[in-house]
Amino acid sequence: MAATMTLAKALNAGLRRALDADPKVLLAGEDIGKLGGVFRITEGLQKDFGEDRVIDSPLAESGIVGTAVGLALRGYRPVVEIQFDGFVFPAFDQIVTQVAKMHFRTHGQHPMPMVIRIPYGGGIGGIEHHSESPEAYFAHTPGLKVVTPANANDGYWMIQQAVASNDPVIFLEPKRRYHQKGEVDETSTPMPLHQARVVRPGRAVTLFTYGPMVKTCLDAAAIAADEGQELEVVDLRSVSPIDWVTVFDSVRRTKRAIVVHEAQRSGGIGAEVVARLHEELFYVMESPVLRVTGFDTPYPMSRVEEDYLPNLDRLLDAVDESLSH
Amino acid sequence: MSQLGADHHSRGLERDPSDMVQLLTPEGERVEHPDFSWHGTEDDLRRMYRDMVIARRYDLEGTALQRHGELGLWPPLQGQEAAQVGASHALNDRDYIFPTYREHAVALHRGVDPADMLALWRGTTMGVWDTKGTGFFQYGIVIGSQTLHATGYAMGMQLDGMVGNPDPDHNGAVLAFHGDGASSQGDVNEAYVFAASYNSPVVFFCQNNQWAISEPISRQTRIPLYQRAQGFGFPGIRVDGNDVLAVNAVTAWAMERARQGQGPAFIEAFTYRMGAHTTSDDPSKYRLAEETEHWRLKDPIERLRVHLTRNGLIDDDWLHALEQEADEFGASVRAACHGLTNPDLEQIFAQTYADITPPLVAQRAEHVAWVSSFEGGK
Repeated sequence: MAATMTLAKALNAGLRRALDADPKVLLAGEDIGKLGGVFRITEGLQKDFGEDRVIDSPLAESGIVGTAVGLALRGYRPVVEIQFDGFVFPAFDQIVTQVAKMHFRTHGQHPMPMVIRIPYGGGIGGIEHHSESPEAYFAHTPGLKVVTPANANDGYWMIQQAVASNDPVIFLEPKRRYHQKGEVDETSTPMPLHQARVVRPGRAVTLFTYGPMVKTCLDAAAIAADEGQELEVVDLRSVSPIDWVTVFDSVRRTKRAIVVHEAQRSGGIGAEVVARLHEELFYVMESPVLRVTGFDTPYPMSRVEEDYLPNLDRLLDAVDESLSH
Repeated sequence: MSQLGADHHSRGLERDPSDMVQLLTPEGERVEHPDFSWHGTEDDLRRMYRDMVIARRYDLEGTALQRHGELGLWPPLQGQEAAQVGASHALNDRDYIFPTYREHAVALHRGVDPADMLALWRGTTMGVWDTKGTGFFQYGIVIGSQTLHATGYAMGMQLDGMVGNPDPDHNGAVLAFHGDGASSQGDVNEAYVFAASYNSPVVFFCQNNQWAISEPISRQTRIPLYQRAQGFGFPGIRVDGNDVLAVNAVTAWAMERARQGQGPAFIEAFTYRMGAHTTSDDPSKYRLAEETEHWRLKDPIERLRVHLTRNGLIDDDWLHALEQEADEFGASVRAACHGLTNPDLEQIFAQTYADITPPLVAQRAEHVAWVSSFEGGK
């Protein structure tokens, strides 16, 4: 049974199904109840599941995550919403010091089945703190898992898989793709949460990407195809852990790779992909692995954000450079 | 003369405040309080006395073990026995406790294995014990973080229907410990906000021991801490933290109203850290010996001993038997410490996640292969 819906609606449907499936699942966050969240991802859920399962929180991110730790210790499975990427940092201590380490600190006695949903990324004309890509901080933290859906079907399934995970999951939602429509198959068995997917096969160069940049990479691949170059696009879907089997398989075939993300370049997910390809496939590759990313600056003023974000021109230039070796 | 905060002499921060609940004077005299009374039995008194003595012995053993190089660090509790024992004796089996790292007396009373606590300070475990069986969560090291966990746990108890039942045997609440320094932490203040907003069954128990390592209470607050509770919308009570009866009575009151659904409360147990912050600390650099001597006259154990002896509730034989019990306990603590075995580094890989990741499986295999590459393995 398939239906067409936006990523936002798919996430809402996935959360609804998670709430239905397990009475221990709770949602908490700022404005998620009556309002349904500033992006309406939780719309209608408080009305249907009540104020004890869809909880409006005081305006304090550390408090939201810290109390969710206590709820998880009590046997609940909290799904908390951070309103915007740039507002996660007040909760950063609770996330990296408490959530991430609880399983380790308790030698497994107290796992942390918690999902922290964060709308992230730019392209929406936002003011400061509303367009950031903080995934590398979390991917660098042992104990956390970090995933990001790029389409409606993944949104629907991945949120349910994240809720079912016994480890804490940072769930990054590409906010500028919230209104992008896609087919959602509500009956098929989804692929494992931390598996990458080849979304477009090709032989010339592999573009590794995730979240909001998947669409950009697919658009670039379509243009390149018109020019006779078949690009492979791999949606990592999970940036911690990364599915290295799929990554290495792809590069064994294409022998060239480019990593694409909105986040700043240095110390980012791209750096990790480059390092691993270098370690594993140094003698297979025919050109250096390139990165097309945001710059090592704070996210810029929105009037110039389209030039900051990786775009088709920068992507296709990188493809040319990769193929020039 | 500093430009920042020259005047720290605010009302109620002095070392002998009058606005606190006291039922047993430093001289061992029973006194009454208009709002709080203590209704325990003679056996209760003896048990609390015994628990304070055993806790002090445990603490002395901890310090000695650190000095002998057996523990990496030890945070002494000396001086705070009444605050901890009085609070712990006010709890039931359904209540749950979130400690800091200094609540050794509460841990012992709740049945935590003394060796399990030593393992944390020796570095052989991360400090695991039977949290579910004891209702005593693991020690929290980051100042104040545990108050939010306590509040969330209390919210969970509300959702589980453990608050306000006509049958008191179905009710429970959470006791969240923190110190005077933690009162400045954002997380602690957020915990107060959340607890008040959801009317959660959590009692914040602040042991104001006057010192946050080297910083006096006047660096954290210019009003008595208990008065802050009013601003959050729940009652705040200051109690003589060296008076086990008063602490017990006030904690019992606060926990019972929380269990009945009347929401959070704040207790400031006014006490004193007789020793160092930890064995790495040197209090002589920041406070006067005269101050410590002043507090020694308010010793929580001595005042109860005087009271019990004077009223014929214990005698020399009883005290002698207790001394023997403490000696045997001390010996068993030392033996248990020496019996702790080092962990295997290999375990940290499986310890990190409930469901280990493939990259971590690969790192573990790499480590194991490296170790076994040496002759004879590890």
